[in-house]
Amino acid sequence: MPTANKDQIEERMTEALVSFGAERDQVKREADWESLDVDSLDLVELAQIVEEEYGVKMREEDMKQLKTVGDAVDFVAERADS
Amino acid sequence: MTRRVAITGIGAVTPLGVGAGALVERWSEGESAIEDGLGRCQDFDPATHLGVKEARRADRFTQLAMLASGEALAQAGWEDGPTIEPERVGCIIGTGIGGIGTIEDQHDLLRDRGAEAVSPLAVPMMMGNAAAGVLAMRHGLKGQCYGTVSACAAGAHALGVALRMVQCGDAEACLAGGAEAGITPLAQAAFAGMGATSPNGECRPFDARRNGFVMGEGAATLVLESEESATERGAEILGFVVGYGATADAHHLTAPDPEGAGAARAIELALADAEVGPDGIDWVNAHGTSTPLNDRSETAALKRALGEERAHEVPVSSLKSSIGHLLGAAGAVEAAATVLALGRGLAPPTVGWEERDEDCDLDYVPGSARTLESNGRPLRAISNSFGFGGHNAVLLLEAA
Repeated sequence: MPTANKDQIEERMTEALVSFGAERDQVKREADWESLDVDSLDLVELAQIVEEEYGVKMREEDMKQLKTVGDAVDFVAERADS
Repeated sequence: MTRRVAITGIGAVTPLGVGAGALVERWSEGESAIEDGLGRCQDFDPATHLGVKEARRADRFTQLAMLASGEALAQAGWEDGPTIEPERVGCIIGTGIGGIGTIEDQHDLLRDRGAEAVSPLAVPMMMGNAAAGVLAMRHGLKGQCYGTVSACAAGAHALGVALRMVQCGDAEACLAGGAEAGITPLAQAAFAGMGATSPNGECRPFDARRNGFVMGEGAATLVLESEESATERGAEILGFVVGYGATADAHHLTAPDPEGAGAARAIELALADAEVGPDGIDWVNAHGTSTPLNDRSETAALKRALGEERAHEVPVSSLKSSIGHLLGAAGAVEAAATVLALGRGLAPPTVGWEERDEDCDLDYVPGSARTLESNGRPLRAISNSFGFGGHNAVLLLEAA
């Protein structure tokens, strides 16, 4: 398992969201999915990336609780470290 | 009495370039965009033309349809959506194989990395009706919407059903056409495996040396609209679709009827539908694939439907000589090119035609474009499309 800190996770997620079509300067911790035009299909792709890179599973029920970029970063950081 | 159906928008992305203008101008100049045995849309850059978000959620065939339709709808004055009731505007897009590039990529992921690596976007990208659905959503077209699937006749069938839809009043207008992005390893291997494509990558329709088709990619869509609606809102009319005929060979899954009987019936039906005889058309934009079988049976079909004498008088050209075979997009791209060429009073050439074949003895417009004489009435042409499965679809188009 690669070790990852919060900044690295945020950077990787930002990169993924930009590749989905979000504007880089809009991708901030407090940004919610709707403001980034990120929908459920994008979130499934994000979950695939997260699992591939950090070994962390983001299930559908988890994703319902994650409203912002920061929520998702924290979720992954907590589990990647454990 | 059915309603007269006008064409109020045309858009295309083809190996000759982005835009319907590039298609007709460069074909009329006798240019060929076939390189290394393929007709690729090299000027098309999805991220630039469509933006990252839209581009990554669509297979290339849908991307091509999106760009073509943006052009067609803008020309119709509907860049920001129809200015007539959107519930009265349909969207019918044909394709031969749909999102095959996506299918191949996702299958690689499945094999190499397992089921969990398969993209959640795979289904909406690969399904054959994706282009129709995406275009309806993108432009707010809320009438009938679906894809037509009939191999290399799909684009012509899409225009045919759109014509009927508008004629009978089920819709006031319909965005219709075809899209294909089948230059993929699997599709190339499959067509080569059955001996359909040219081993030396040369496309020579109706020429004695022809030995198969050359794969191409692209899309074209047209806005078909009742003449009444077009006139009422002051839209520019680019031409008319005045006849349509469609039949099945019921002969062989991939080989055409050698006598061209099914194709001939489709031509006859299109003429009857337009209420014109063989003298009522001035040009044939042939299916002309450059396969030994198609070009021979299409020649036979033209003689059968038009009569020996008239078949020898009418110029017959094949756009595939310039861009290759666009499969499910071919019928739509050819219809677009036909209307635009009629508007210029030209029959563009069968590029590279040189050697006569005893079974292909019509006037295939070698060398350069021919000027068409209008004889005091609007110029008309038929555009032929035939597909594996024995599908025949013929459109009869008229200049504005």
